[in-house]
Amino acid sequence: MSVGTSSTPLGQVRGTGSAHHGGEHWLRERLTSAASLLLGLWLLISLLLLPSLDRTILTEWLRGASGAVPMALLVVTAFIHAVDGLKTVVDDYVHDEGSRLLLHGMLTFAGIGGGSLGLFSLARIAFGV
Amino acid sequence: MTRNPDRPLSPHLTIWKWGPGMLVSILHRLTGGALSVAGLALLTWWLWAIATGATAYEQFVTLATSLVGLIVLVGLTWAFWQHLLSGIRHLVLDSGAGFELRTNRLFAVLTIAGSLFLTALTWVIGMGVWA
Repeated sequence: MSVGTSSTPLGQVRGTGSAHHGGEHWLRERLTSAASLLLGLWLLISLLLLPSLDRTILTEWLRGASGAVPMALLVVTAFIHAVDGLKTVVDDYVHDEGSRLLLHGMLTFAGIGGGSLGLFSLARIAFGV
Repeated sequence: MTRNPDRPLSPHLTIWKWGPGMLVSILHRLTGGALSVAGLALLTWWLWAIATGATAYEQFVTLATSLVGLIVLVGLTWAFWQHLLSGIRHLVLDSGAGFELRTNRLFAVLTIAGSLFLTALTWVIGMGVWA
């Protein structure tokens, strides 16, 4: 079933489902999944290729654009993907609208907070003091 | 959304047995949750420790290479590979392909076998490089 030949008219499905909205959320979850897949593999392979995991080696690696830029992208995309995924889980299991909104808000705060701490740390390494 | 009580719930909700597809489906959720919470906490802590200084990084390494730390790291490595492979499976299913019973079952089994193999491979290579 491709997008163009969907058997149910779009107008009948918009607003239904446990999240009550969602085309853009669904698509973003998939785009960030592809980005996280590539960047996650990049991190794992990079860690295996580094001569050691000493702090001096890691600092040198994360000071260069080839280390810092993908790492920044990984932090951003992984946090967005994690928050989107956890919100989907909340939508499926939490049926009280108030609790659902509260949990969504807490996940947004935690995601932006954690991601900011990661980016701040990375900036501190990259622009070193 | 309020449920219409006149309409039936799934009539076979209590009649089922485990299959590879179900296992991979719930594993996708569990590994996604583990990576989101423990994985990202660890990644952020690691970056923070590198940025903060030699002492903070040593503390991180001491805890990460303790028995509990290593169990968590191996577990997260498996979660990474399982979520990656079952994620690819979901992207294929999203395209409308792979719903034939045998294909679906085979792909589900392959994600489990693949994640176990790749976790072992990662740590065999990792122990050679990092030890």
